Parts: sequence; C-alpha cells; structure tokens
Amino acid sequence: MELNAKIPPGPLKDKWSFYKDHAKLVNPANRKKMDIIVVGTGLAGSAAAASLAEMGYNVKSFCFQDSARRAHSVAAQGGVNAAKNYKNDGDSIYRMFYDTIKGGDFRSREANVYRLAECSAQLIDQAVAQGVPFGREYGGYLNNRSFGGVQVSRTFYARGQTGQQLLLGSYQALMRQVAAKTIKLYTRHEMLDLVVIDGKARGIVVRNLDTGEIERHSAHAVILATGGFGKIYYLSTLAMGCNASAIWRAHKKGALMACPSWTQVHPTSLPQSGDYQSKLTLMSESLRNDGRIWVPLKPSENRKPNDIPETERDYYLERRYPAFGNLAPRDISSRAAKERIDAGFGVGPQRNAVYLDFSKAIKEQGKGRIKEKYGNLFDMYRKITATDAYVEPMMISPAAHFSMGGLWIDYELMTTIPGLFALGEANFADHGANRLGANSLLQACVDGYFIAPYTISNYLAGEIKSERLPTDHQAFVDAEVQVRAHLGKLLAINGNKTADYYHKTLGKLLYDYCGLSRSKEGLIHAIAEIKKLREDFYNDLKVPGGEDEMNGELEKAGRIGDYLEVADLMCQDALTREESCGAHFREEYQTPEGEALRNDEKFCFVSAWKWQGEGQEELLIPEPLQFENVELAVRSYK
Amino acid sequence: MKLYLKIWRQSDAASEGKLVDYELDNVIPHMSFLEMMDTLNEQLILKGDRPVEFDHDCREGICGQCGMMINGQAHGPIANLTTCQLHMREFKDGDTIYVEPFRAVAFPIKRDLRVDRSAFDRIIMAGGFVSVNTGQAPEANGIPITHEQAESAFDSAACIGCGACVATCKNSSAALFTSAKISHLAKLPQGKMESRKRVLSMVKQMDDENFGHCSNTEACEVECPQQISVLNIARMNWEYSLSSVLKK
Repeated sequence: MELNAKIPPGPLKDKWSFYKDHAKLVNPANRKKMDIIVVGTGLAGSAAAASLAEMGYNVKSFCFQDSARRAHSVAAQGGVNAAKNYKNDGDSIYRMFYDTIKGGDFRSREANVYRLAECSAQLIDQAVAQGVPFGREYGGYLNNRSFGGVQVSRTFYARGQTGQQLLLGSYQALMRQVAAKTIKLYTRHEMLDLVVIDGKARGIVVRNLDTGEIERHSAHAVILATGGFGKIYYLSTLAMGCNASAIWRAHKKGALMACPSWTQVHPTSLPQSGDYQSKLTLMSESLRNDGRIWVPLKPSENRKPNDIPETERDYYLERRYPAFGNLAPRDISSRAAKERIDAGFGVGPQRNAVYLDFSKAIKEQGKGRIKEKYGNLFDMYRKITATDAYVEPMMISPAAHFSMGGLWIDYELMTTIPGLFALGEANFADHGANRLGANSLLQACVDGYFIAPYTISNYLAGEIKSERLPTDHQAFVDAEVQVRAHLGKLLAINGNKTADYYHKTLGKLLYDYCGLSRSKEGLIHAIAEIKKLREDFYNDLKVPGGEDEMNGELEKAGRIGDYLEVADLMCQDALTREESCGAHFREEYQTPEGEALRNDEKFCFVSAWKWQGEGQEELLIPEPLQFENVELAVRSYK
Repeated sequence: MKLYLKIWRQSDAASEGKLVDYELDNVIPHMSFLEMMDTLNEQLILKGDRPVEFDHDCREGICGQCGMMINGQAHGPIANLTTCQLHMREFKDGDTIYVEPFRAVAFPIKRDLRVDRSAFDRIIMAGGFVSVNTGQAPEANGIPITHEQAESAFDSAACIGCGACVATCKNSSAALFTSAKISHLAKLPQGKMESRKRVLSMVKQMDDENFGHCSNTEACEVECPQQISVLNIARMNWEYSLSSVLKK
C-alpha cells in the first residue's frame, strides 16, 4: 500500500488556490439530498457541521457531552495564532508557516502547514463577525500577545478563555442551524463503531448514554472531529471524557493511524499532589510572557522560594536557551524541567515541580497590570492550591496535553477510508512532532470552517448518485451485533478491579516509558506490561449495572479497553522511530548537550500504521516527507 | 478526615428519589470535591453497588458540566466557584454534607445528580447568535470596538452555562443565563443589528421552558462561577421593553 497525500501541483503559495479552483462542486439542489455525519462538537466539529449545513447539506451532529458547548476546545486558554501582522513586527504567512514547520521539528507536510497559515487571518475575521470578544487596544483595534517558539506577536486572545469564546462562536453557529433544521443534534451519544460499505464510510453506530439505547445512522460521508487522546496518560490536562474510541474503532475498520506516540507534554501545569488525583490543571503558556522559570541551585532545597536569594537560583531556560528564554517551545521547556527534576532540583512536597515566578514582572509593571493580563489564571491557581501567586512563585510541572498523532489524512483531510474525514486534533497533520502554542485552536477552526467545506464537496460530487442507505443494511446489523457483544463482554467479566484502576496503571506506565523521554529498553518493557494489563483487564474488570441504562462505568470501561490497544501502538511507534524529534525524545539519540538528535536520512517520514487484525502486529507504512521550500535545519532556540 | 454524606439517589426522571447515607474515611484536604466523589464511587463499585451518577468533564471550571447542590448551595460553600474547583479543605473532619442535584422544573433529573439542562441550548437556538455564515466575514479590524466595550462584552460572554443561577433562584429563573447572552451580543456592533428580534425570541423561549420569573433577589450573581453581573438582567429588561414598544 502506497500513501498518496494528494498534494496539489504548483508553487507552495498557490497550492490551496489551485485546489479550490479545481475542486468539484455539488449543486445546491443536490446538497439537500446528501447526509453528512459529524462526530464531535468541539471547534473542528461544530465549525464543520455549521458550515456544511449553511451550504445546504443535511448534517447529523453527535457529542457525548450534555451540550455541544462543553466539548473540550472550551478549556483552551491562551489564544489563537494568525498571520495578520497587526503588530508590524515582521510577521507574514511564510513566517508563520516556517515557525510551525520548525516548531514541529520538520516532521509535517509543507503544503498542509502553509495552508494553515494562509487561512489563519480569515479565521480571525470569522470569529469577530460571530461576536467573539477578543482583547482590544484602547484605540479599538485587536491586540496580540506572544507565545512560545516564535519571535513575533501573532496570538489573538480573549483573556485566558480564548477556547471558550471561540467555541461559543461555533456552538452558536451550530445551534442556529439546529434551529433552521439543517442540523439534527444528538447530545449524550457516543460513537461505538464505523460502518463501511463497499470500501466507503457510510454510517456509524452510537449509544445513547442516557438510555443505553443503540442507534444506527447512515450518511454519504462521516467526519470524525473527536479530539485528542492525551487522557490515555490518566493524569493530563484533558477532560475526563476525552477518548480515542471513535478514531480507534475507525482505525480497526481500515483507517491508518499516524505517529500515535507524538504527545505534547505541556510545561506549565499544576503538579500532582496525590494518588486520588484525577486531572492536572493547565496554566496557560501565556504566563511565560512575564513569568520566569527557575529551580534552586542546591538540590533538595528546603527553604521557601522567597527565602532563596537571587544568586542561588537557576533560571535554566534563560541559561540554556538565551534567544528564546522562558518562551522556548513546549517540548524543550518540558524536557528541561524534567531534566532538573530528575537531577534532584525539583521543588514542592513531592519534589516534582519547578517555580514560575512573577516577582520581577510585578516589580516592573505593577500588580495591577499583571492582574489585568492573567487575573483569572492567578485566581484559578489560588482556588486549587490556596496559594497567592502574586506573593509566592507558582509551582508548575509538565503534564500530558495534546496528541500531535491521530488518524492519517491526506491534503483533503480524508483518511484512508474514502468518505471518512478526520478534523482537528483527531488527525495527524499540521503540527509535526511538536505543536506550537495557540496553533491548536487555529487548526481545529481552519479544518472545520475553511477546508472541510471544499474537500467534502469534492468527495460528495462523486456520490450524488448514491442513494440514502437504509440502516437495516447487513453492514449496520453486523456492526450493531459487534457493539452489543463488546458491551456484553465488558459487563460479564464481573471481576474485582474498577476501570479507573486500569486507567491509572496504564497512565503511569506511559508516563514512565512513553512520555517525555523514551528508550528501547523501556518501550520493550512497557509493551510487555501493557499486554499483561490488557489480559488482566478482560479477566478482572468490574462494571456494575447494565447495558440498557445510563452507566458511566460502562462508558469508561469501553474507552479504557481501547486505550489499552492504543497504548501498545504508541509504544510500537516510539520504538520503531530511532531518532529524537520534537516531543519524541529517544534517550539513545541526543547531542552531547542533551538536545534532540534527528535522523533525516532514515526517519524523514510520517509513520502510518495499519491494523492487521486482533492479536496481529500492526503494519508500518511510511509516508515520506518532501521538503521543497525549507531546508531541514537543526532546530535551535539557543 | 471522616465525612458523613447524604446523597440524593434517584434511578430516573419517573421514579421517586431519596437521600441515602454514606460514610467516607480518609478524605484528604487537597482532594477536590469530585475526587472525593470518585473515591466514594470506587468503594461502591467494589462493594457491588451502583455508583453515584454525576455530571463532570473538564474539571477545571470552564466546561460548565458539573454542578451539585452542596449543603443547599449551588456548587458548595465558596462563592463564585464550580463544584470541580471546590476542595475538601473547606470542610472539617466529622462534617455531614448534603449532596443534591440542581433542582428546577426546567431541569428534570436524569439520574442521581445528573440533570437535563437542554433547555439552555434551546434558549440559545432561539436567537443567541449572530446570523453570519462562514465566509461572509469582513476584515476583523474593519469595525473598531473600544477596549472597554470588548471587555464588557467579554464579562457577559464568560457564562459557562452550568445552571447554578437557576438552581439558586427561588423562582428557578434563567434570567441571568439568558440576559448574559443577550447582553454579550447587544454590546458588540456585530450583534447589535439583530438585538431587538433576539431579545423577544429568547425571552419567549425562556418562558416556554418553564423557568420562573426574576424577582431581583440577586442570589444568582452570588453563586455564579463566572461572576456574571445582574446588570445583565437590567439590560435584558431594558432591551425587552424597548423592543416590545418598537415592535408595535
């Protein structure tokens, strides 16, 4: 099998225009006859659903939350990037493209990344038109802030709640179409299988989480915008319900998974305080604009932070990366923190944190100004830790955050199953091996608002003769039988351990062996342990209650069953990539200074994985990356 | 810490519910309230009992999914906080804690502490949006909006839709929720154009959903995790009166 990314011809800057000019269209009369399923109502899902419905398609939209407005895009804090160059500081589409390619450690497609930058400005226009209250200057024009890994200010923000405000914009657009009856919305529904007929995605099987009822839905195309699966690490910045089940079940139906082990570990999250803990709260990267990161010079330091004199502090990011300092990209900042913590310089009761200190900024700018910029974050910090960060430095620690990996897609956002599209964090595409801050909101929005409407129409133009499928088709019947059998199997085990036990154990394994740093030995060990854990899961899991009712534990068990399989593939993916790039740091491949050592000769490709059946090893199909416009350089922030 | 919990258990909307007693040992002050509930559920499952169903997702105070009445207060004893951000350090060893769902006619109980808040979605459907299609937007800086105007619109837009305002209100009014959206959009030039039609339609939907009327007790603002101001309600009333008069 050869992977064809279907990159349009022509110079980089003309590729998207060329595509749009030549894409096939569906006339308005025919759009009414075509059904599209969108799973997920985060930014990518709600933007796609609303945009396609506005064009006249029939859309069915699904989410597991009790309202579309609660999808996890809501939690993004810091901002969204766009190459508007409002600051006149040298920004441009090309500059943004280059920053993103470099930020991803040269492991993404040039054409995709360029398109992301190209569509960024339009997104800001769209969001403002929807009523998103971005931060403004006193003259009335839009303001920007800086984010990690770049030297311009291109991040638009709505205080520390940019994700929420963008999502409310797309949610409202979605609800407007629900009112217009062009979208039928199914909240509290979870996708449990994909239905493929004659090689094409033609529907899904879902479970109504309030009643336990299993439903079948058919369509001409299926969009998965189901987000990332960083929650596989259990302790993460993600919401409790975030999962890999939709994309994993599509994977088992033939869609390839790309680079599943590339997980961004965010440097500024709150540290773990105990075993009961269920999540790690993120503190926006924007704090690094004014906060300075340090650890004591002396290991196992017991003095309080304010009692440690300036000369006995190690501002290790400023020391190691003078050009970017505290705004070094996330992978680099997280790894540097881990290096200091592992070497015994960590702070806090568990010695698992570093300081993020605002005293200099408060001295220079005044408390009022800092409060205006980050007030809600300081409040959140106080609520959770009962500590006043205006007086004492914050304690922060790295936490699993974003999945760069996901379903493999071509330039049209289509997976290897025709008619199945993956948008936003659910796909692998634009971020390479490390995502830059404020690019995730952007990618989700651009995929949903501006790319999917063109590429899905291009696909559907070839489907106008295909009739609406009745859901009593044998493929739907079979899928439902399979789904019910799996639920029954989970309920029948009746063992002695809860789903959370397995999730926590798996998460710890992944943090230790497939997290910030990986080694051949560790990964082989983890693969064996995951196999044992999976066997134990199917022998000793306990799920109370039944199938035909609301059953939160059954939902969890299904997701964790999938996570146990995803985790195995993540370790395989990390094991076979014998280089370090971005968030993927293999201990065997580093420079004498401890920086990531890429191997462009052997690993300049995307690892796409093909499911070969239960118990079979997955097949690695590489998609070579061609760089025609940028030179593969050593990624330096020094 | 040892806690005595009295938790509302109800299998579905049609059945009767009741408070059930639970004792929980080894509660750690650093735990969040939901982590305390997780600990209880873990014990219930291992004993073979049905765990307590409760809504939650992001656990960082922004998704608006969690919400319980804790000792009779929406989201518990601390003002302007979601349940997920409430920590056990606010309670003492030996405390008895009553945990109940958000109660309102318009929020039917689904099971235990989970309620149906889809009425909020239908209020938004009635007009809580700007009628702009993808692709129609002009240049973002084309219409300047003052810093103060944008900040004020943000203050209204910050609502997380959790329903604490309704649960707190003695009339189960959704005035704070509805007015926050009406104000957010009316304060911006992009939303201003449709504001007259919007306010009439959203208020009608709010009434149709069986939410009560606002009698200005201002209790909602006290509990709102986002500190949404009751001035939004005043604006809604003003917009409503104006639109009703001008309609004729």
